[in-house]
Amino acid sequence: MLKPYLQLSGLEPLSIRPETNFVNIGERTNVTGSKKFARLIRSGNFEEALSVARDQVENGAQVIDINMDDALLDSLSAMTTFLNLVQAEPEIARIPIMIDSSKFEIIEAGLRCVQGKCIVNSISMKEGVEKFKKEAQICRNFGAAVVVMAFDEKGQADTMERKVEISSKAYQILTEEIGFPPQDIIFDLNIFAIATGLEEHNNYAVDFIEATRILKQRFPLAKISGGVSNLSFSFRGNETVREAMHSVFLYYAVKAGMDMGIVNAGQLVVYDQIEPKLRDLAEQVILNHNNEDNGATEALITFAETVKAKGKVIKKDDSWRKGSVQDRLSHALVNGITDYIDQDTEEARLQYARPLEVIEGPLMVGMDIVGDLFGSGKMFYHR
Amino acid sequence: MLLIEEALEKRILVIDGAMGTMIQRYKLEEEDFRGERFKDWHQDVKGNNDLLSLTRPDIIEAIHLQYLEAGADIVETNTFSSTSIAQADYDMSQLAYELNVAAAKCARSAVNKFLQTPEGKAKGHVYVAGAIGPLNKTLSLSPDVNNPGYRAVSFDEVATAYEEQIRGLADGGVDLLLIETIFDTLNAKAAIYAIKNFYQKDGRKQLPIMISGTITDASGRTLSGQTLEAFYISVSHANPLSVGLNCALGAAEMRPYIQELSQIAGCFTSAYPNAGLPNAMGEYDETPDETAHFLENWAENGFVNIVGGCCGTTPDHIRHIAAAVSKLKPRPRPVVATTL
Repeated sequence: MLKPYLQLSGLEPLSIRPETNFVNIGERTNVTGSKKFARLIRSGNFEEALSVARDQVENGAQVIDINMDDALLDSLSAMTTFLNLVQAEPEIARIPIMIDSSKFEIIEAGLRCVQGKCIVNSISMKEGVEKFKKEAQICRNFGAAVVVMAFDEKGQADTMERKVEISSKAYQILTEEIGFPPQDIIFDLNIFAIATGLEEHNNYAVDFIEATRILKQRFPLAKISGGVSNLSFSFRGNETVREAMHSVFLYYAVKAGMDMGIVNAGQLVVYDQIEPKLRDLAEQVILNHNNEDNGATEALITFAETVKAKGKVIKKDDSWRKGSVQDRLSHALVNGITDYIDQDTEEARLQYARPLEVIEGPLMVGMDIVGDLFGSGKMFYHR
Repeated sequence: MLLIEEALEKRILVIDGAMGTMIQRYKLEEEDFRGERFKDWHQDVKGNNDLLSLTRPDIIEAIHLQYLEAGADIVETNTFSSTSIAQADYDMSQLAYELNVAAAKCARSAVNKFLQTPEGKAKGHVYVAGAIGPLNKTLSLSPDVNNPGYRAVSFDEVATAYEEQIRGLADGGVDLLLIETIFDTLNAKAAIYAIKNFYQKDGRKQLPIMISGTITDASGRTLSGQTLEAFYISVSHANPLSVGLNCALGAAEMRPYIQELSQIAGCFTSAYPNAGLPNAMGEYDETPDETAHFLENWAENGFVNIVGGCCGTTPDHIRHIAAAVSKLKPRPRPVVATTL
């Protein structure tokens, strides 16, 4: 019996199963979101731009989002050139590609370059149902899965009701008129910035999470996605607060059924490792609790100032190095630290009778911790 | 005519063997290829096997008939290189449509003759598959080692060339479309795209699609670098009648891949390996009973719905294969669940 998983491919397959938990889509190969990537593409330094993609894969991205929408660029040719070069890099090309543009001709240009099964990001009913159908049919002819943005002629959906209504209509058109397999439909339910000071924005995360819950019940094979970084836009420059907000948000959204998200792969903190005070404040803001008159928002802003004042001191906390070799190996596994891996495993090997016992012992303990965090939705990617 | 889906539920179908190997036996010369019509052609055309559908249709039809008499249920048209892109080697791009129509008619004519024979009458139904080859230019790989982003051909050029071929095959009256010997999945995707485009405009009912990829060596990947499962996922939007493997490998080397495919494919599976690996002279010397023995084992294990031969196989191979699988059960098509 075969299961109707969403299946994607680069040089290698990616099947998204219920136990997959959360798929990380790397966001750094996007000229609108990454200044560095934009500068490299504008100056024609494709070699260096490829290393941005490579870093994403190494940091755990399971799909990479590629976006060339920039007024100063010949976006169509940049998309074609970059994707052709990616195909020649097996360590990048092994994972599936999300072709991202607000212009459909650029999406089509991207689809012409990739042998694997891609995701198109995105199509919508923004300019009417007819255009939506036409674009959906083209995506299907190329065999791509599609992200459908919750957007229609009346505008972008911000409330839970509108997100559900637009997505349901799109689902019906795609499955009944275009012949899309339900598992190839991915809803982008619009993650908007919260804690902006405007009270009408305060419920945006809740609207997203609740719409996710309803749509997953209604259409269990379809997938839910979103661009996570938008959420914390009002805390630009304060990475500690932003990362905490993203992890708390994902903790609840993934529980509600969110399947994938565009994230800065490698920068998602483990839920349990967020400073408890910050975690609680972020939680209040995301769930819109105790937030009358922006109470929760202001509490988080006040706290954020103290984090900011300290600055982002990148001071390596090396206290874990004082633990036993078993504890050090577990810590390194959970946190993805490779700096001491050779010396620690060697030290462990000398303590055990057989090398295999190092794997069965401390390394398995670390993997169990990773498995528990991942399974309970507190960790968002495998390293 | 019995729908091929129904036939495939009942038994293992046999697809024919090599066309090129059989043409070689006729020891044709330049003038045979040219015929009367191309006697003054400005370029040598010997080796353009697809041209024979126009200049020696008698030979092409006779080969099809030999395969049908040997037990083939599906014969492939002589159109492996009948696209404007592949025919450019002979400056014959403008003949592409005509070659496909002519080749389909050769196969159809052989089928009609076969169905009048006692064996044909007993069988009742056989099928013509329009062969869509991989092209001599590839969309995922750069031919220039110093410029990995370079491509010798564009997706639209490939899709346009395939659409012309498909129109010719459909007009010539084939029953199936077979995209085969796929070493670059993007070329195959352009063919699928062309089929969908053609039928969305044309209004005729779309013919069933068969897809056959090529795993090049023990790496288990296509030439363009995909694993078998990645390849299968990349072409599944064609809603194919069957997905399978052909060429590059003999049956001994192909076995693990057809086994894997039989486990992941939601459609029927096909396999038509070469007659072993080529010897030092570039010839294939696996005997018909050896090839048949391998395929019989695959059938016994429930790996396959369609079997046959590729490079180096002959009507004798097909006869042995047909006999070996005739009593064996086809692989049951897997049920695809509706819930996760």
